Formats: sequence, structure tokens, C-alpha cells
Amino acid sequence: MAAPARTAAPGSALSARGLTRRFGDRVALRGVEFSVGAGELVAIIGPNGAGKTTLLSILAGIQAPDAGAVELPPGGVGWVPQQPALYSKLSVEENLRLFARLERVADPAAAVARMLEQAGLRERAHDEVGTLSGGNRQRVNIAIGLLADPAVLLLDEPSTALDPRQRERLWEFVGGLTERGTSIVYSTHIVQEAERYADRVLVLADGELIFTGTPRELEAESRASGVDFEAAFVRFLHERGH
Amino acid sequence: MRWLLLKDLQILRRSPLLVGLLVIYPIVIALLIGLALSRGPDKPRVAFVNQVPPTASTFELGGTKIDASRYASQLFQSVEPIRVRTRAEAVQKVRDGEALGALIVPANITQRLATGLQSAEVEVIYNNEDPVKGRYVEQIINSRLADANAALAAKLREIAVKDIRLLLEGGEFNLFGRTLNILGLRKTQAIIQAALRTLPPASPERRDLRRVERFASLAVANLNLATDVVGTVSQPVKVKRTPLQGKRTPLDSFAVAIAVTVSLMFVTVLLASGMLALEREEHAFSRLVRGLVSRLGLLTEKVGLAALCAWVVAVAMTCGIGLFVTLDWSRFPLWLLALAFAAAGFGALGVAIGGLAREVRAASLLAFLLSLPIAFLALVPSGAVSSGVYDVVRIVSALFPFDPALAAMDTALNDTGESLLEPLAHLAALTVAFLAIARLALRRFA
Repeated sequence: MAAPARTAAPGSALSARGLTRRFGDRVALRGVEFSVGAGELVAIIGPNGAGKTTLLSILAGIQAPDAGAVELPPGGVGWVPQQPALYSKLSVEENLRLFARLERVADPAAAVARMLEQAGLRERAHDEVGTLSGGNRQRVNIAIGLLADPAVLLLDEPSTALDPRQRERLWEFVGGLTERGTSIVYSTHIVQEAERYADRVLVLADGELIFTGTPRELEAESRASGVDFEAAFVRFLHERGH
Repeated sequence: MRWLLLKDLQILRRSPLLVGLLVIYPIVIALLIGLALSRGPDKPRVAFVNQVPPTASTFELGGTKIDASRYASQLFQSVEPIRVRTRAEAVQKVRDGEALGALIVPANITQRLATGLQSAEVEVIYNNEDPVKGRYVEQIINSRLADANAALAAKLREIAVKDIRLLLEGGEFNLFGRTLNILGLRKTQAIIQAALRTLPPASPERRDLRRVERFASLAVANLNLATDVVGTVSQPVKVKRTPLQGKRTPLDSFAVAIAVTVSLMFVTVLLASGMLALEREEHAFSRLVRGLVSRLGLLTEKVGLAALCAWVVAVAMTCGIGLFVTLDWSRFPLWLLALAFAAAGFGALGVAIGGLAREVRAASLLAFLLSLPIAFLALVPSGAVSSGVYDVVRIVSALFPFDPALAAMDTALNDTGESLLEPLAHLAALTVAFLAIARLALRRFA
């Protein structure tokens, strides 16, 4: 059975040790180990069913691992699920206030004002979430993950439903967070986003962590030349039998 | 948990259709049930054709004059007569809906009654387009005719008994304006006996007079019994009602218990299942259960809110029905208690359904599909199916909250002579069981 989550070692915002998760006979994660530094932007990439969402769910505390442990930073982790987890009948401000209270934030009103400012949603504060565009809903979704001012923010495929312009604005927002020292761990299907924005990529395939390094190191590892990052990534998976 | 409660109340407030339905539903149901169970118009309008000429409304039977119009007035004690002259007019009144029905009294009715042997016949006309309405008219007129018949039968019996007494004891008898003195069988017997004593033993008249005396003696003895027989025949069959399995719930009150329980079930189950499914549909569930709220806390909040809303609706509905149907208001605290336990049971069933469904629409559909058969099963009477099937029905009914909720409401509304504790304990056990099922369902779909 999994050990309870502990505080991460100094210098490391979050670390995972030997994470294993089974669903019946299927092994979703096999002994996954990695750590995330403060202010680091880490992308988790891999084919469908590789275990990306399971890994993020365990890091977020939604699921417990069957084996292994997660070491959390003192400020805890913020969680941004793949689909905006918002109440469409409530306004932007009401959603933020509700989750600030549930997170037991010391000053909910100040936290709401800060997140409205940071997410650029002050003018839409009183609009019902159901009336917002997909991009703005995702901003509110991320803002809720940041309400408790976590040291690490976990994002599960944050740009999936967004158009290119909305994706651009999302990554500008996320970039601002890392500049303020927040560590970001996100999963994505869009490998160009990993190449473009991530400091480091983790490649998961069939529940195994088969690569940890920078995007350039992944390209080098694939021994592909004259091809883009996506092609290099696919070649890398083929070479590893996935 | 209070922030979640506030959030759900905010969402309910922003759903005017749902809130409107919650407010209007008990009012409409209370009105419908109240109107359905109240006694209908006090005096329904009935077209009345009396074909008996005014001079022929009295008839003579056994020397006694009987005024038929006096007995006809029995018919109008609970109807408002619209007097018309012909049968065709009466039929038109019924067709036009001006009268609920029509009663035709034929011209020969007094002649037939005067024979003392033939039954008289009246005609009742009513619209049969609506069987309920038809049955209502039939019941009203049959009931009034029975009263009139009973009064007339009593009068005829009185005359018959009087005539028999006259035959026995003798006395004065009025016939066509002349007063006749009737000797009577007893006096006849005494005169014969006196005559017999004066005759010599060998007299040939003595044998014939002895035979007449024996006949008089036999007639006196048997006609004496005939007065009792006539009295019995005037009320030939008495109905004795023996209820089985001692519940003393009037039909109206039981219908109220059913209406309130069904409404409570639908409101609670739909709200609880819908609100839990909404957390999944809005993808907020995973965010909430990662330390913000425990899964059991989330379930308790949904059960509590759904039960509270439905409880208010059901109390309002019961009070509304109480304006139309006689309910025992001294038992009001018991109503509140029974409704609270029932609402908790239905709420727990609702979250179990909501835990199994991923979307609000699926949860609502599942709630309907499950609730209706449960209610119908609980209402299956014992004689309607074989004993084996009935045992299965009882077991299945006991596994869901409708049956104990109905029993609790019935006991709370009416003094059925049964304990309220038993259905309340049953509901409490089911609440815990369904909460446990919901908790398991959440783990499965997390």
C-alpha cells in the first residue's frame, strides 16, 4: 500500500517515488519516479492510455497509489482538471469565492480579487460561467487551481479544447506563473507545446516513465535529424517498442 | 459543507423553472387531490319529470290514503331538481350539461303502487361519456331512491299490519265513505264457542260449527305470527361489514397519504440524484473530493438539501390538501416526523442513483424508471397476485423507502392503531444502506 504524502526535500518542489497503480489486471503506472524543481515547467507526454491522467490524479491526491509515495511542497499543490470544473450557473466571482472558502484560504475576498486580476477576468467577474468562451472558462479553471497560492500547479491537458489564439494566451498566463516561482506540471497531447514551453519533458508509455530530460535531449535521444519535434518523439516511441 | 449548501441553493435560485415547479407542484397537486376527494357539489342538478297528474298523486291501499308526492320529496333531499314537463326536455338538459342526470316518474306509478302487488318503475337518465360522472349520478339517485323506497315500504308494512290486526281483533273499517264494523277472528271464535256450548251433543250442526271454530283458532294463531313476518320482509337483507386486518384508515385519508408520499419521493429522489450528478457533469467532483470535502460529507449535503426542499414541499402539500379533506390536525407533529424520515430515505436513494449516473439527464431518467415501479409494487394488494409473487413483491418493496414511507405517512395522518416507530426505524435503516451504496458508487466512478 502507498505511503502517505510527505513534504518534498529542500530544492525540490515535488517528488514522486516508485508510484504504481493498478486497475484490476491492468497496470496503469509502474514504479514512476521523478521530481520537480521550484519554478520549473514540466510536460508529461505520451500516447493515449500511457497513464498521464492517472499520474496527475495521484499527484493531486484524487487517487491513492497502490505502491510508492508523493512528497509535496509546503504550499501544497493546485489542481486543474482537463475539463473546466466550474459551476456554470454561478458567476466567475462566485465560483472563485466558493472554492476559496472550501480551500479555507485565509482571506477569500483578497484571493478572489487577486485571481480575477491575474487571470484578466475582472470585467467578466459577474458573468455566469456558462456564458464564457472556452478560453475564458479555462482561465477560471486555472485561477481556481491557484487560489490557495500553491507551490506546484498540476494541469491535465489544459489546452485541448482551445483554439490557437486561446492557447497562446493560456501559455502566456502559465509563463507568468513560473516567473513568480510556481512550479507547473502539465500533461498534453500537443507535443509542440511541450517542445515550445516546457523546461523538461517526462515521456510515459504503458505506465512506464521512459524518458526524463529537456525537449532537445529527447530529440537527440531519438537520433532523428531533419525532422520536427513531433516526428522525433514518434520515432523515439517506436525505438522503445511503443 | 455550509459553502456547498449555499452554492447549491444559489444554483437552485438560478433555476427558475425548477424552483417554480417546486412551488407550483404542491399547490396544483393539493388542489387536484382536494377536489378529487371532496364530495363534489352538495346538491347536483337533476332534471325531474313528474308525469303523474296532480289529482292522482294520492292512492288508496287497504283503505288508507297515501300521498306519493310526500315520498317523492325524499328524492330531492340531496339533489337540486330542475322541473321539466317532458322526457325530451329532460334528455336535452342532460345532453346540454345543465343537469347531471334526469329522473322520470311515469304516470302509472300510483296505480301500480295501489295494487300493492306490482313494483313501480322510475327512469334515470345520465351521460355515460365519463364513467366517473355516470357512476356518481347513479349513486346519488340510487341512494335517494333507496330512501324513498324504504319510507314507502314502511308505510305499506304499517297498512298491512293494521289490516291483519283488524282481521284478528276486529274494529271499524272505512270503505268508500262508509264505516263498517269488522267482527274479527278472535270474536268469531268466541261466538262459535258460545254457540257450541248451547247445542245438544248430538246436534248435527255441532260438527260443522266445530270445524269453523278450528279454522278460526288456526287463523288467529298464524295471523298473529304474520305481523312479525311482514316486518321482517320489509327489510329483507341486512349487510354486515367485517373489515379484515384492522387498519382504520378512511379511503380519503389513505389517498392523501399516497399522494403526499409519491410527491415527496419524486421531489427528493430527483433533486438528490440530480444535484449529485451535476457535480460530475460540471467536472467539479474531482476537485471537491481532493481534500476539500469528504465523499460522505458531499453525499450528506446532497441528501440534506434535497430532503429539506422536499420536506417543505410535502408539508405545504399536506396542509393544502387539509383544506379540502378532513385531516386530524392534532397529529401535525407526527406528519412532520414521518415526512422528515421519509425524505431522508428518499434522499439517500437519490444519491445512490446519482452516484451511479454520470449526467443529470441519466440520473433523472434512472430516478423515474426506478421510482414508479417501486411505488406501484408497494400498492399491489394481497389478493391481486398469487401468494408466492406477493411475497416477492413485499420483499422488493421492503428494500426501497416507498413502502415504509407510505406506512409512516398513513400512521401519522390517521390513527391506524399501528406503531409509527417501526416504519421510522425501517426508513432510518434504508437511509444508512443507500448512503453506503452511494459511497461505494462514488469510489467506483472516481
